[in-house]
Amino acid sequence: MRVALFVACFNDTLYPETGIATVKLLERLGVAVEFPEEQTCCGQMHFNTGYQREAIPLVRRFVETFSPYDAIVAPTGSCVGMVRELYPMAAKLARDEKLAEQVEALIPKVFELSEFLVKKLGVEDVGAYYPHRVTFHPTCHSLRMLGVGDAPQKLLRNVKGIDLVELPQAEECCGFGGTFAVKNAETSTAMLSDKIRHIQDTGAEVCAAGDNSCLMHIGGGLNRQQAGVKTVHLAEILASEATEEAE
Amino acid sequence: MTAGATDAFSPGKTPTFQESAKVSLADSQLRRNIGKAAKGIREKRAAAVAELPDWQELREAGRAIKERTLRHLDDYLLQLEESVQNAGGHVHWARDADEANRIIAGIAKQHDADEVVKVKSIATDETKLNEHLESEGIKAHETDLAELIIQLANETSSHILVPAIHKNRAEIREIFMRELDVKDLSDEPSDLTEVARLYLRKKFLSAKVGVSGANFGVAETGTVCVVESEGNGRMCTTLPPVLVTLMGIEKIIPTWQDFEVYMQLLPRSSTAERMNPYTSFWTGVSGEAGDGPQEFHLVLLDNGRTDVLADEVGRQALNCIRCSACLNACPVYERTGGHAYNSVYPGPIGAILTPQLVGIGKPGPDSLPYASSLCGACYEVCPVKINIPEVLIHLRGKVIRKKQSAGLTGKLHPENVAMQAMAKTFSDPSLYESAQRLARIGQWPLARSGAIHSLPGELSGWTRSRDIKPIPDQTFREWWRERRGS
Repeated sequence: MRVALFVACFNDTLYPETGIATVKLLERLGVAVEFPEEQTCCGQMHFNTGYQREAIPLVRRFVETFSPYDAIVAPTGSCVGMVRELYPMAAKLARDEKLAEQVEALIPKVFELSEFLVKKLGVEDVGAYYPHRVTFHPTCHSLRMLGVGDAPQKLLRNVKGIDLVELPQAEECCGFGGTFAVKNAETSTAMLSDKIRHIQDTGAEVCAAGDNSCLMHIGGGLNRQQAGVKTVHLAEILASEATEEAE
Repeated sequence: MTAGATDAFSPGKTPTFQESAKVSLADSQLRRNIGKAAKGIREKRAAAVAELPDWQELREAGRAIKERTLRHLDDYLLQLEESVQNAGGHVHWARDADEANRIIAGIAKQHDADEVVKVKSIATDETKLNEHLESEGIKAHETDLAELIIQLANETSSHILVPAIHKNRAEIREIFMRELDVKDLSDEPSDLTEVARLYLRKKFLSAKVGVSGANFGVAETGTVCVVESEGNGRMCTTLPPVLVTLMGIEKIIPTWQDFEVYMQLLPRSSTAERMNPYTSFWTGVSGEAGDGPQEFHLVLLDNGRTDVLADEVGRQALNCIRCSACLNACPVYERTGGHAYNSVYPGPIGAILTPQLVGIGKPGPDSLPYASSLCGACYEVCPVKINIPEVLIHLRGKVIRKKQSAGLTGKLHPENVAMQAMAKTFSDPSLYESAQRLARIGQWPLARSGAIHSLPGELSGWTRSRDIKPIPDQTFREWWRERRGS
């Protein structure tokens, strides 16, 4: 099985540690992951903001880059949601039947990280060690677009040393929503303020999620308020090992 | 929002969602009232829905019936017309709001009516029927409790099902004491409803004309149906000798049998009830012996609906059965309330229905598809499976394409310029890598002290409440290459 990593442009640029953790985790589980360097951005920001014609070349690039692989893993539910739910719409908009066929063939091969681990590899215990009090925000696209269910929680429950606490109103959006956070900054902030309150109610020192875009939003608010809670991507928790922690 | 204020369906310019949301977000009483109500109904709905093991199949049936009906809408409408006429009713076709209002006012004047009693109807809010009747010297009395409250308060509805959701009982008590001239009134719900009941009873008995909307119209029988909770609808549709129903053309269902599906979906989704207290059906006129109107008029309203039908992706908005589950589930609506949408259709369904009904290209309605974080909670609860996020994204595309086609001003808009530049960057890995390096160098004035607290231009909205971390020294791909030793 040839497995490719789609790291996503904002992880590549802003959160390289998440990509690095994903590679280390997959290699630890015996998956030889490749990183095709032709990859850039899935086109979600453009597409969801309405710049859909502009997103079509990015859709084509993604399809060409990743079609040769048997599985594509991404440490982001949101970008996988873009591929799975909206690439067909993009191909239709492009009036390109060949692209539509390629998209259809590609979709079943694209996985969000927790999905790939639990549903594709059948692994729930990845041998991680993370001695911290953690609460998990499930993120809307993983939850409602991809239907990953409790795959992330299954993985987290098996992490040694973790003190996993349930987040109240976990399924409610944090208010990020891509350009929504800027275009409707006030409403976005009102949603964030409730999310932060629920996080703080758990007494956790770490808020984890499968998407750095949501975490950038939540973490940005926590940092501004000096809340003393940090945000960490699921991949980094799963990649943590006892030896590393002891260093 | 004051009654009579400009909204999406008025000729004038309306504020954008962003502008109006700022006002409502700052209203602490509104935040408390709506937050409490939405959370309560959300939890009850979930419990009511969980009772049905075939809920997902019901949703699929609800979607499929509507989709099939819309595909053959022309045939079903003609069938409905014939059925209503066979039952002794009259059918009128209204191209737009003005035509509908003129027809209804004309019927009232034929009967020398200077007042009408109304069943809660969003279609008549859409056409601004009350204002039109007023201009013709006819007083429209709202008889639904919440509609009465906001009519007395001279406001507009903020929720599809619960128009006065933004008011609490203390506020309602004040409105009743002021407008109905009542002394010594408590804020107990039973006392408040008693005042309304006494006031409305006189109107029911004196009005010659009743006006209603319709939840459903059955093509095969010509039957019109209103689903309600208070019994005021039953009064309006049975007491006055003349009944006029304004029905959007998409409210049609082919057969009686189809009620089996919708009467399971609608009450659970809207009020979290297994069955609502009052469901009224009327088929033409009552005849000599029975209760009900001696004269019945059905006004079929287009007002932009056929344009919506022409849009392959957007047309699913016409499947809506006005349950309001999407409003109650929406984290945006919960915080801004309904008035921020400047439309009789607020919330997620309003965000996809309003801009389609009034047409793309107006700043106010064009802002509505952006009034969503695309979290998908609306789609999850929709009893007829309208993929609201998909339609929101589709409409955003239409809004942008319309702006871009508006010549140089559209093309030179900062957002468009930035998006074009980014699209070009992402289209070429070497350009993309140069941009990563440039951003790392360019950010230093902002990132000197660790987290970035302030961003310029359009991005300043982010840093008003959120920090952002600076771009680190090494990108993922640089790490990958270093590790591979290339």
